[in-house]
Amino acid sequence: MKPHTLSVLVENKPGVLSRVTGLFSRRGFNIESLAVGTCEEPGMSRITIVVIGDDAKVEQVMKQLHKLIDVIKVSDLTENERVERELALIKVNAEPGTSRAEVMQIASIFRAQIIDVGAKSVILQITGDTEKIDALEKLLRQFGVKELVRTGRIGILRGSKTVTGSR
Amino acid sequence: MKTGAKILVESLQREGVDILFGYPGGVVLPIYDELYDSSLKHLLVRHEQAAAHAADGYARASGKVGACLATSGPGACNLVTGIATAYMDSVPIVAITGQVPTNLLGNDAFQESDITGITMPVTKHNYLVKSTGDISRVVKEAFYIAGTGRQGPVLIDIPKDVSTGLAKDVPLPEKVTLRGYNPTYKGHKRQIDKAVELIEHAERPLIYAGGGIISSNASGELIKFATSCGIPVTTTLMGIGCIPCDHPLNLGMLGMHGTEYANFAVTESDLLIAIGARFDDRVTGKIDTFAPHAKIVHIDIDPAEIGKNKHVDVPIVGDVKSVLQDMLQCLKKNNSYEPWTKKIRHWKQHHPLHIKNDDRLHPQFIIRALSDLVKGEAVVVSEVGQNQMWTAQHFCFHHPRTWITSGGLGTMGYGFPAAMGAHFARPDVPVFDIAGDGSIQMNIQEMGTVAANRIPVKVAILNNMYLGMVRQWQELFFDRRYSFTELPAVDFVKIANAYGIEGIQVESPDEVLPALKASLACDGPFVMDFRIEREENVFPMVPAGAAINEMIGGHPRT
Repeated sequence: MKPHTLSVLVENKPGVLSRVTGLFSRRGFNIESLAVGTCEEPGMSRITIVVIGDDAKVEQVMKQLHKLIDVIKVSDLTENERVERELALIKVNAEPGTSRAEVMQIASIFRAQIIDVGAKSVILQITGDTEKIDALEKLLRQFGVKELVRTGRIGILRGSKTVTGSR
Repeated sequence: MKTGAKILVESLQREGVDILFGYPGGVVLPIYDELYDSSLKHLLVRHEQAAAHAADGYARASGKVGACLATSGPGACNLVTGIATAYMDSVPIVAITGQVPTNLLGNDAFQESDITGITMPVTKHNYLVKSTGDISRVVKEAFYIAGTGRQGPVLIDIPKDVSTGLAKDVPLPEKVTLRGYNPTYKGHKRQIDKAVELIEHAERPLIYAGGGIISSNASGELIKFATSCGIPVTTTLMGIGCIPCDHPLNLGMLGMHGTEYANFAVTESDLLIAIGARFDDRVTGKIDTFAPHAKIVHIDIDPAEIGKNKHVDVPIVGDVKSVLQDMLQCLKKNNSYEPWTKKIRHWKQHHPLHIKNDDRLHPQFIIRALSDLVKGEAVVVSEVGQNQMWTAQHFCFHHPRTWITSGGLGTMGYGFPAAMGAHFARPDVPVFDIAGDGSIQMNIQEMGTVAANRIPVKVAILNNMYLGMVRQWQELFFDRRYSFTELPAVDFVKIANAYGIEGIQVESPDEVLPALKASLACDGPFVMDFRIEREENVFPMVPAGAAINEMIGGHPRT
């Protein structure tokens, strides 16, 4: 049982996300992470789904996804060389004169950006793979993480290979 | 410019719809007004569930796409059981529902229900039409999706202002193209070669034939394939009729209430060729012990069915008809599977289906009497439960699309309305609904429909004053604790008479044939209330979770 990152190219039509997620819950698959957005082709969206399951189960969910009329293409990125990223926004306690310097130092080590500075807290923006964001969150916890928002994971194949719908 | 309602009715006619099963209501008034003087026939049912089942029965009997119509909210919700029934058995229907006007959508308006949301898991696809100009394209796509690939139900939800709105009825391209929908029809050559090689090297091959053969109209190809190779065939509940019951290679149904010889054959086979079947739990019993010695070839149009429940050695994705034609071309020689076929003949001889011959009224006797009387030239629809299993076991079907039953969903109340629909597909033959006293009462209001329209459906109620199949399980597995399965006596003949339908009550075996003949002699609907042995069981039976060769109620193994 390992996480699989599925890249699903869909028609950007009302209800398409609910068709896709409904299928997961109906067939008993858990979604670890989900990210949706428009893509290089007008009228299309790309959904990146991270699902944990054995290979047979993931194969079954891919076949079921493919049966949805609005789904154009389904690929398991996990099979290939790929780049995966998440983005997180972290609001962390950082009082001037006490922890602020240390928070900023950690941010710079992780190449996170400070995107807002308040009287008692700062907001960090970090991109990276899941482990990197987990590591930063762990380090910041000692100062007090007030709020944390993460996008779902997105992924893309390395090299010139693509996950696009061939017409 | 035309109204959406007019465009809808004309689009349905362009798709070849000759009858619409439906029930009117508020937001479909514009559509009903259009139907008032249209040449498109409409049958008014008494409950929307019946409209969906009738469309389904019509589709199964004809091979065409069936169509039904209901209003928003409760009307649409009442279709759901019928749509789910069609979905589970891959039956092509298009269900049209009215919806509240677009400006009220999402407002909890009167009789609003999110029917596209509700039916998402039980439709192949569905549409909420937001613009009048989209109606003709959506109808065309819906019929195309429903009737191609692995067939299934499609729902079209039309808000009231969309059916009253005006649009130009622009001609559509002949061919529907949907980027995300390209079913595979042609089987992969190399896979077919592999399957053929396995067939040539097998010693104990067996064909496991499912409903996909009926959907694909491939009964002729299947028989040719089986006979040219000399491979015995067992059919699923849905596959019954794809090969004549009395064909020497036919082993009847397999699975929970299958024949002993079919289940023995599966268990001992060394090559199982699954064709248009899906390894359902009622077929396989305990999955690990299903066909334990066999390599498996699986032919199916739906790639998601392959390997879903059971590991497959040679998968072939494609239309059963096309794949069988290709396989027939590749088969080199007539194989002889002699020791195997001899063994099967021995099983057939020593483990026949059990029937009691005494002066009591046994349901199996009634089914056999009907079977002998009509000789396969009838459409037989069943309800769900013991009536369904007895019919599947004892009626001798000769042709595909003459056996119509709710297999996957197991919907009680399906049979009677589906039989009405089947009549419109096959007005040339008698249509029987084999019912139980429980099932018939789930859509008994349709007596109103058959009476008003003189639809000559013959209803044979196997009346044991029990929910028989549940009672059987309680007898066998719950220490005869008959919890809420006893039904008080109902005089079904009186009910029929009240609707203006003729009927007859039958209590002894010698009254059976005269009653069946009377039903055929009557040119309208007819109800037969057979008072059968109350605690008759369906045997043989594979208990839930057991291997399919571990049957109860069979013969001692020889």
